[in-house]
Amino acid sequence: MTAAAPEAAPARPLLAIEGVSVTLATPRGPLTAVDDVSLELAAGRTLGIVGESGSGKTMLSRAVAQLLPRRAKLSGSVRFADQTLTALDPEALRRLRGRALAFVFQDPMTSLNPVLSIGSQIIETLREHLGLDRAAAARRAVELLGEVGIPSPEQRLAQYPHQFSGGMRQRVAIAIALSCEPKLLIADEPTTALDVTVQAQILDLLAREQRRRGMAMILITHDLGVVAGRTDEVAVMYAGSVVERAPTARLFKAMRMPYTQGLIAAIPKLDAPPHTPLKAISGLPPDPIRRRPGCAFAPRCPLVSARCRESRPPLEMRDGHQFACWHPLPANAAVAP
Amino acid sequence: MMEPANAGQTRTPGSSGAPLLRVEDLVVDYALAGKVVHAVSGVSLALERGETLGLVGESGCGKSTLARAILQLTTARSGRVVFDGVDLTGLGGAALRALRRRLQIIFQDPIASLNPRRRVADLMAEPLRIAGVADAAERARRIVEVLQAVGLDPELVLGRFAHEFSGGQCQRICIARALILEPELIVCDEPVSALDVSIRAQILNLLEAMKARYGLTLLFIAHDLAVVKAVSDRVAVMYLGKLCEVAPTERLFREPRHPYTALLLQAIPQPDPEAPILERVAVGEPPSPLAPPSGCRFRTRCPRVQPRCAEAEPDLKELAPKQFVACHFPLSAAAEQPAEAPPR
Repeated sequence: MTAAAPEAAPARPLLAIEGVSVTLATPRGPLTAVDDVSLELAAGRTLGIVGESGSGKTMLSRAVAQLLPRRAKLSGSVRFADQTLTALDPEALRRLRGRALAFVFQDPMTSLNPVLSIGSQIIETLREHLGLDRAAAARRAVELLGEVGIPSPEQRLAQYPHQFSGGMRQRVAIAIALSCEPKLLIADEPTTALDVTVQAQILDLLAREQRRRGMAMILITHDLGVVAGRTDEVAVMYAGSVVERAPTARLFKAMRMPYTQGLIAAIPKLDAPPHTPLKAISGLPPDPIRRRPGCAFAPRCPLVSARCRESRPPLEMRDGHQFACWHPLPANAAVAP
Repeated sequence: MMEPANAGQTRTPGSSGAPLLRVEDLVVDYALAGKVVHAVSGVSLALERGETLGLVGESGCGKSTLARAILQLTTARSGRVVFDGVDLTGLGGAALRALRRRLQIIFQDPIASLNPRRRVADLMAEPLRIAGVADAAERARRIVEVLQAVGLDPELVLGRFAHEFSGGQCQRICIARALILEPELIVCDEPVSALDVSIRAQILNLLEAMKARYGLTLLFIAHDLAVVKAVSDRVAVMYLGKLCEVAPTERLFREPRHPYTALLLQAIPQPDPEAPILERVAVGEPPSPLAPPSGCRFRTRCPRVQPRCAEAEPDLKELAPKQFVACHFPLSAAAEQPAEAPPR
């Protein structure tokens, strides 16, 4: 079902997430963070996963890499590069992570060790995963830092993470993630902690390296502006589920889910004059512990009907566009954001 | 900007025509590990009654320090903060407390701003009690009125604890708390940055409605330019402790004259897949406020830099009506308005 990747090989996708659910134990009862999500991604393609806090987007990415909190319960399967990750032993998983499957997180200090120099962290990764000798690894580390836009990389190799600015630290984290030529890079809110001018530079860097290396990338964000020009396909998550998924241009032009339309309409428009009232989505996201039957967006939806409150709409595919809604917006209608 | 005649109403003795707030050459610095952080370095600005002034800048530019210094939550090294004709920097004790009722602040993190273990009824009554509203019935009446104004059902929320509410609801409570003493000026320091997109629009609309209903003047601080544009009459752009450009909102967005303003506008991610992704010049990152560059502080990242920028600091000059720019080599005015903006 690689509908959004028509030119990709019809063979197996690089990543196939099938019926994945993640349940966390909380004092108030079990919390379903990810609720029966299926997604796939072909080699070399980019997928944006967009959602608000609590939508399950981060937990889903952790499930892909089997990096869930210890007491989380995972069901469903994750296949990556012809291996079933959900069945691998910890050692095989460790070899895979950091090599074929790499991560960039919101806070670069999540992946950097504060008491080791930048150089030794990159060199260690290269020696461990690629088996390079020390001199070759050091040469490659300098090249990598240069590729991600760090000025005078030879000198900076000996420095520690605290000597770098936030944007430069994120560049180092990207260099380490790219060091073993991953097939898939998962970037989870990689620019949320950065200033707007630095954010643009980091997104440009990720896009350039993705194209240059032909690797697949999942870009997880709360900001529709971040995925707009930079992904082949976008999946929108709400309350743990994928509620809409389509090629990026199509999603922005002809979204079918009222939630997606509401999200786009709620963003202040730069071409609107000051004091233009914003189109807010009323109400609040549902309580993830006390789930009700029916569509999770129903209490906030302008098109809600009795059916929406009673039964949950399945994620259906029509013309390469998936959506879960009993009253979808008309196809190909011009959307007035 | 509104005329004081219809906006100032009765609470402004002897100040007709004067701005509600005037910040004059304000300098704030503080010590950090034996060095001096130059947080605010000579900022001057004025807020007219009934106006919303947006203040934008990246982290570390000093915008939050400026907000705190205006409210006298931080002591300035020099300069003045004149509120309705009174210099707050010289005040202390009871005189400052009395004036503070007329100035309120809303912070970025609404959950951290409220004591989680207190009920909404107590959180709302506290400012009234401190202000000397002794009559419990009067307090209750005002609390109910303001909670309804911010879109909360008093019956449902008054008995609940702050920790039971989501971020968006907490921000509504913070706004209600800021409004309850009927202030004239509210400083909003990144009031929607911590909120989700779907909630952000609700809170921005609420702030606009409250401004109209209570006749407020707002200083609206944010790093998100689209958010600032949605609510501001004028916008001030701050970089490393100094203002680079101040202009009416539409003019600033249509015709930025400071290269930093132009860079900020260019960096906004657009929710439009057809918007071209520009090949950006490598503009680097802001230098440390521990050692700001000589001359123009933006020069180390500026695509238009010349030797003069390192030697002399540019002053804010009015390049077009109400558009003030601190740059030796400002961008030229857009071609379609040749009559409007002749750079003197």
